[in-house]
Amino acid sequence: MSIINLTIDNKKVSIEKGQTILDAAKKVNVRIPTLCHHEDLCVAGNCRVCVVEVEGSKTLSASCAVPAEDGMVVKTNTPKVRNARKDIVALLVSEHNTQCTTCYRSMNCELQALSAEYNIDNNRYLSVLKPNIEIDRSSWSIEKDDSKCVRCQRCVRTCAELQHVNALTVSGKGKDMKISTFMDLPLNEAICTNCGQCVIHCPTGALTERRYFDRVWEAIGNEKKHVVINTAPSVRVAIGEMLGYPVGSRVTGKMVTSLKRLGVDSVLDTDFSADLTIVEEGYELLQRLRKALVENDTSIKLPMITSCSPGWVKFIEHIFPEHLGHLSTCKSPQQMFGALSKTYYAEKKGIDPKDIVSISIMPCAAKKFEANRPEMNDSGYRDIDAGLTTRELGHMINQAGLNFAELEDSEFDSIMGESTGAGAIFGATGGVMEAALRTAYELVTGRDVPFDNLNILPVRGMEGIKEAAIKLENCLPDWSFLEGVELKVAVAHGLINARKIMDQVAAGKSPYHFIEVMACPGGCIGGGGQPIPTNDEIRKKRAEAIYEEDMNMPVRKSHKNPEIIKIYKEFLKEPLGEVSHRLLHTSYKKRNHY
Amino acid sequence: MGYKGLKKVDIIFDCANCEPLEVLKKALAMTPDQIIEQIISSGLRGRGGAGFPTGLKWKLAKAEKSDVKYVICNADEGEPGTFKDREILDVVPSKVLVGMAICAYAIGAKEGFVYLRNEYNFLLKDLNPLIEKFNKNIQNLGLDFTIKMFSGSGAYICGEESALFESMEGKRGEPRNKPPYPTKIGYNGKPTVINNVETLVYCTMIIRIGVEPFKKLGTSDSRGSKVFSISGDTTKAGIYELELGIGVDEFVKEFGNGDTKAVQIGGASGFCVPRKDFKNKIIGFEGVPTGGSMMIFNSSRSMYNVLKDYLEFFAEESCGQCTPCRVGTQQLLKGIEAIKRGEKPSSYLNQLLKLTETMKVASKCGLGQSVQNSFSSIVNNFREEMIY
Ligand SMILES: Cc1cc2nc3c(=O)[nH]c(=O)nc-3n(C[C@H](O)[C@H](O)[C@H](O)COP(=O)(O)O)c2cc1C
Ligand code: SF4
Ligand code: SF4
Ligand code: SF4
Ligand code: SF4
Ligand code: FES
Repeated sequence: MSIINLTIDNKKVSIEKGQTILDAAKKVNVRIPTLCHHEDLCVAGNCRVCVVEVEGSKTLSASCAVPAEDGMVVKTNTPKVRNARKDIVALLVSEHNTQCTTCYRSMNCELQALSAEYNIDNNRYLSVLKPNIEIDRSSWSIEKDDSKCVRCQRCVRTCAELQHVNALTVSGKGKDMKISTFMDLPLNEAICTNCGQCVIHCPTGALTERRYFDRVWEAIGNEKKHVVINTAPSVRVAIGEMLGYPVGSRVTGKMVTSLKRLGVDSVLDTDFSADLTIVEEGYELLQRLRKALVENDTSIKLPMITSCSPGWVKFIEHIFPEHLGHLSTCKSPQQMFGALSKTYYAEKKGIDPKDIVSISIMPCAAKKFEANRPEMNDSGYRDIDAGLTTRELGHMINQAGLNFAELEDSEFDSIMGESTGAGAIFGATGGVMEAALRTAYELVTGRDVPFDNLNILPVRGMEGIKEAAIKLENCLPDWSFLEGVELKVAVAHGLINARKIMDQVAAGKSPYHFIEVMACPGGCIGGGGQPIPTNDEIRKKRAEAIYEEDMNMPVRKSHKNPEIIKIYKEFLKEPLGEVSHRLLHTSYKKRNHY
Repeated sequence: MGYKGLKKVDIIFDCANCEPLEVLKKALAMTPDQIIEQIISSGLRGRGGAGFPTGLKWKLAKAEKSDVKYVICNADEGEPGTFKDREILDVVPSKVLVGMAICAYAIGAKEGFVYLRNEYNFLLKDLNPLIEKFNKNIQNLGLDFTIKMFSGSGAYICGEESALFESMEGKRGEPRNKPPYPTKIGYNGKPTVINNVETLVYCTMIIRIGVEPFKKLGTSDSRGSKVFSISGDTTKAGIYELELGIGVDEFVKEFGNGDTKAVQIGGASGFCVPRKDFKNKIIGFEGVPTGGSMMIFNSSRSMYNVLKDYLEFFAEESCGQCTPCRVGTQQLLKGIEAIKRGEKPSSYLNQLLKLTETMKVASKCGLGQSVQNSFSSIVNNFREEMIY
């Protein structure tokens, strides 16, 4: 890589060849406004907000798209640049349904910010907003409002590049150009996995999650209802971002307090059901291995693949329906929690399950769809009544007028509120694998996993696909058939990586026994329901916070969670037992491939 | 300015029946560098609209180190009022193919495509067998090069070179960011020369007749001749090859019907020359450049309607990806309508003229960048027609 030198606003910059003018400007702290640009995505260069003047060029250059050249002289704030930029933002506003007062993304909207920054006069141009744009509310998870779309195509690139789903495309040209689906199908009929990555990459209110917080307020306000809430591990390391904390802050105690202040009857922990998932899934893996290795049962599908990410589950249902047998039959922690909240919890608390409203706070948009899957009623009721995102909780806390920073810390309620470090790391890519290995290895050998401090570093980090292998030696008598087996595992996050893993599985060439897949880049900490913006640095900081959470836990193995031990003793009896099968496991279905 | 009188020329369609393979043989006897040298010294500039020097384009592509390179003939011809490429492909198709083969030899390409406008698919009946035969013939001459047809997507924007590549790659026809230019990263990410149909025929003919006969035509900035598609208020509508550098008044004298009010040179993305400027404008890169479309309007024409048609065309045919062009074209159209209806004051025209400046400097591709040409030349010259 050769180094080139250029000047930006009279400052000298040296930068590697191949970087853009925008990259170079960042290096010398010159901020150029952008809109279609997103660090997670490839260059588009279509909004033209980032134009700058390059000496010797008659036209302006889109700084996000034009490579920096040696000797370039760039000016980012000349009258020509300012006029063009202001005009461009005014044009965007002129085709926009400017309703900031009622918009979910108000105060967190890139168009709004640009418009304010350039003090756009709404009367400069006529409105060219298309009349009668209907909001697509067909999906349980995602709401699409084309009247708020700036056509930056970030969603399209997200769905293609990060997720390789291609549910979103551009249709029409010129004045009719818009973001669409195949055949303009409503989102619930499209191939969309509901992962919500498009939502967190959208600069405006054009793509949002379906909101259910009014339903929650209603339940809380209803004296007859007993509201239980479970909060996912990655929410507590991200919600602070909406409430004035820097990225990567752990605000678990304050979050619990705030929920209690909202009036929730019982604030419980999804980490508990994550631990439960680990135990069930761990046993399921060992059972599959036994059947395959000892009984030579050829119907057993290996590798087994995790099923706790509903975006991923819908992806495989759409795209690899003939390989559903590889999915673990375990429900996601949310759904396990839901089913138990209206059975075990109801029983223990002596509450009629029909009066229980079970809510989950998730980093996720896909969990909304999952909660609404028709089969998710094994408790005899809707297992989960509403799935909210981290963002919705942030809004609720603000709506309640709570001064979050001033809240004291408090503990989760019981029962189903106790958790372990293993449950906590579920929130980061590799976390399920790490938690599963901590448990499975110990079950099989009676010893701790052979990693310092139980930290299985090879499965951590932001590499798209990670691999690890652990040799099983000196196994306990029950598991002697595993003696000497090298357990091979892989971890994939972001559906584009899931597809790579599945291509291998489909070709019969997967070398692994067990694979963790998370639909979102970084796992749940980068989930489609998390605070906006997102990028690699933010995901890394949230992940670090999750691992800190783990290190601070007295118990760091799922099967050692006292409440888990108790629930098996008093209710479930045994992993993969009859009750588990009824409440905690599920099945999958083939879906359309377009 | 090298003002010239009107002179009809016959290079493109000349010797329709001469043996084109002989020209190719002649080229193959030269070195690639000699060929490129000849094209450069002929002063030939692209006939597709942008007028990039053809020899330089070939030279840049030759300099790229790549096992795979492409030659593409741009036969998308979508500019309103242009139909000369269709005529060329119909009458002298072999000359086009030879031009591609010469280019392939010069730059080191093994594969070539003719990107044919969707509406011209009727030409395939003759073109397909011709290409099949041609491919065999050039292999026999020892040139490892194969030409294929590619039927276009039917959108005007797909004539823009990078959108054309996208469309050939099976993607949506949206122009790419430049740089990089096609000679570095073109079709399938490989170095590509893309030339207009007519440009390729001139290459063939420069090799055949030599540089001098070509170069002595035209002006220093606009060498040679050019094929024009003449339409509108004229009794002589059709295809004519004329020397470059002629005065607009000479042109109007020959083709006008005596009552010419304006000539739109270069189609919707070109310039409108009003009567008062006929005398001091020449047709060529140093004057009014054109891809070949010449539309003649007489006094009874409403220039408001002419402009409105163009703006409707742009608002439809913009690919829609970039803000200045997608929204700007709609604003211009809505804006002139509002002024006409009296809903906006006539001073709003100035706002719109400023908007075309933004579109010119900030649009991503030539379409949005060139809307100003027709808009400002019509509005500035026929302002009263816009208002009343
Ligand atoms: C909107 C737009 C449409 C175009 N359409 C055509 C076309 O139909 N045919 C063509 O030869 N060039 C067209 N061009 C120009 C091409 O991008 C390219 O410059 C040309 O094919 C290069 O060939 P030349 O150097 O031989 O002119 C178009 C450009 C733009 C911006
Ligand atoms: S998307 Fe942004 S600019 Fe549009 S209404 Fe919402 S907050 Fe306002
Ligand atoms: S929906 Fe959002 S991300 Fe997609 S193009 Fe519109 S504004 Fe951009
Ligand atoms: S939710 Fe995910 S799969 Fe669906 S459109 Fe958005 S990015 Fe694509
Ligand atoms: S200028 Fe127009 S045609 Fe060109 S890229 Fe932009 S929107 Fe598309
Ligand atoms: S941010 Fe550069 S063009 Fe959109």
